[in-house]
Amino acid sequence: MLEIKNLHVVVEEDGTEILKGVNLKINEGEIHAIMGPNGSGKSTLAKVVAGHDAYEVTEGDILFEGESILEMDPDERAHLGLFLAFQYPVEVPGVTNKTLLREAYNTIAEKRGREELDPLEFEDYVNDRLDIVEMKPEFLDRSINAGFSGGEKKRNEIFQMAVLDPKISFLDETDSGLDIDALKVVAKGINYLADEDNAVCLVTHYQRILDYIVPDHVHVMLDGKIVKSGDKDLAVKLEDEGYDWLTDLASVSVNGEQ
Amino acid sequence: MSETQALESMVGGEYKYGFTTDIEYEDFPTGINEDIIREISRRKDEPEWVTDFRLEAFEKWKQMDGDPDWPNIEYKQPDFDNIQYYTSTKKKSGKKAESLDDIDPQIRETYEKLGIPLSEQKMLSGIAVDAVFDSESIFTTFKEKLGEAGVIFCSISEAIQDHPKLVKKYLGSVVPKGDNFYAALNSAVFSDGSFVYVPKDTVCPMELSTYFRINNMQSGQFERTLIICEENSHVSYLEGCTAPMFQENQLHAAVVELVALEDAEIKYSTIQNWYSGDEEGQGGIFNFVTKRGHCRGDNSKISWTQVETGAAITWKYPSVILQGDGSIGEFFSVAVTNNHQQADTGTKMIHVGKNTKSTIISKGISAGKSNNSYRGLVKISPRADGAQNYSVCDSMLIGQTCGAHTFPYIESANPTSKVEHEASTSRVGEDQIFYLQQRGISEDDAISLIVNGFCKEVLKELPMEFAVEADKLLGIKLEGSVG
Repeated sequence: MLEIKNLHVVVEEDGTEILKGVNLKINEGEIHAIMGPNGSGKSTLAKVVAGHDAYEVTEGDILFEGESILEMDPDERAHLGLFLAFQYPVEVPGVTNKTLLREAYNTIAEKRGREELDPLEFEDYVNDRLDIVEMKPEFLDRSINAGFSGGEKKRNEIFQMAVLDPKISFLDETDSGLDIDALKVVAKGINYLADEDNAVCLVTHYQRILDYIVPDHVHVMLDGKIVKSGDKDLAVKLEDEGYDWLTDLASVSVNGEQ
Repeated sequence: MSETQALESMVGGEYKYGFTTDIEYEDFPTGINEDIIREISRRKDEPEWVTDFRLEAFEKWKQMDGDPDWPNIEYKQPDFDNIQYYTSTKKKSGKKAESLDDIDPQIRETYEKLGIPLSEQKMLSGIAVDAVFDSESIFTTFKEKLGEAGVIFCSISEAIQDHPKLVKKYLGSVVPKGDNFYAALNSAVFSDGSFVYVPKDTVCPMELSTYFRINNMQSGQFERTLIICEENSHVSYLEGCTAPMFQENQLHAAVVELVALEDAEIKYSTIQNWYSGDEEGQGGIFNFVTKRGHCRGDNSKISWTQVETGAAITWKYPSVILQGDGSIGEFFSVAVTNNHQQADTGTKMIHVGKNTKSTIISKGISAGKSNNSYRGLVKISPRADGAQNYSVCDSMLIGQTCGAHTFPYIESANPTSKVEHEASTSRVGEDQIFYLQQRGISEDDAISLIVNGFCKEVLKELPMEFAVEADKLLGIKLEGSVG
């Protein structure tokens, strides 16, 4: 479904290279986890896939269902069915969750050839999905993320994912800042939403969330590259041994490039 | 296109009301002197006391130092000798139109084009309109229906003829002739505007509105509006403004006076969309306005709501004097500036009576190279026990080349009073736009959502029928070339 080929990315403002040749392939029905220490480039990867314009792709490609999406605006990528759960969800005062979601849902529905929902139909549709992340209907009438606790913001991201029903979702540090109960709710929601026809990519610093969501593939990212891939056991090993045993691997390949 | 550029081009939406109506005007000399003022008064067939009012104001104006220098705006003072202080379209009868058929078809068409049909059948049923074209009121709708309720709604010129006692009692009683430079000028040469009188124990059965149009390139518009709400009465009034696009600046110097007696309530809303000049800052209206309400009776209430999107320069502080005990003053404002527009706007809340309350909600949005200032005074007099004020001034910046400023002045002489002031400045965040875009919403819709969210507290204060119009206007201002 999504294929990232030899992706090199620099920060547009100062030209610092963050991603140094990432390769990754994600198929329908798969759950992937990208792990790595702070500053390894894993969040950047998620943002670049979503089309953030603070970054510039200097080499490589991102293919969605075989087509390059590099030239597309973020909203066009969303129309294809690409979703990013933000590490730091943004506040938009005065605009309710419901307003955003209905506009987003109907825009995407139109682009994907689905039926648009009128306000009443949408109300029913949305209410069903609130339960997935154990949220109350009042939530819909609050301004987007304004005054939300950290946990509410993260749950709201998964709720939006449930409403928009994307084909592929990148979840950027969705587990960070959550207490154990909130983590369980969020994980339950993600498990509920993951199915045969879609794909999920968890971007995370800690192995903790992987106790609740079992990935098919685990990738380790260091210094802008995926240096190791494996199954869920790799995550366990990282938790026990840290990233140090992998750093040599990274420096060798970086030096190799130079 | 970067997001910032896109933002800027959106805020610079094309001005859709910039056309000119080709119409024949009566001759009238330009410039200002005593003879000109007498001539204005003569043409309007005014009683002597009005002529004297004008001349006294003119004397005061001549002695003043010129434009006030304290607002945070820069411009060249208008050439007062080059302005035509009175313009009148050539009419067959010389009288104001009694029916639609008497109105010059071109003027009727102008209002149709502006979306203000003057035919009562075509209008929203709940709104009466007074149409002011350059210096004159052209037509007032629903006069009969309002008359049944005892409400007087007509142009100020007609009111001087038909209700002289009322006008004489209240004209200049809230904004004195020599209040400030432009109020004095207005008092000397005021052209037309609306007069509203709501008798005791009456809820005005419909929304009242005046639509101001400046058409003539050389004319200044000196709107004069007076609204009186007797005991236990209620009225909601709205004004809208547009003008053609000219290279030269035109002057709109208005004076609006509101008087609310005991238990009365006046809600005054403005949607101001004067031509704001081109991208280089050429042309546009100078909007120098004195608006003041007087809560004269106990438990009266005056509420100003304004959506200011147009004009090259806006200098305007709709204020309330809270004299009656327990009276309430409110000011809700959205001011949008783009390109080279400059706005210095805000309010004054003067607490005189006991337990008076005021609320100020100001939202400034600046884009382009514009400059947007909030200036407000909250004054609590020594006898205003228990007075309360709550103020919020939020500014939103779009792009890197605009400015936002806040000048709040608080003078409290009563220790039992409570004054709260909050202020914030934010930038339309690229992170906000990215977030909404990631949800599938286009860039221009994202900006529209963010700005509407920012202004929500103010927009909800507008009467229903006009909230839609304001929404559309913000849309036009925000979408433009990208939309």
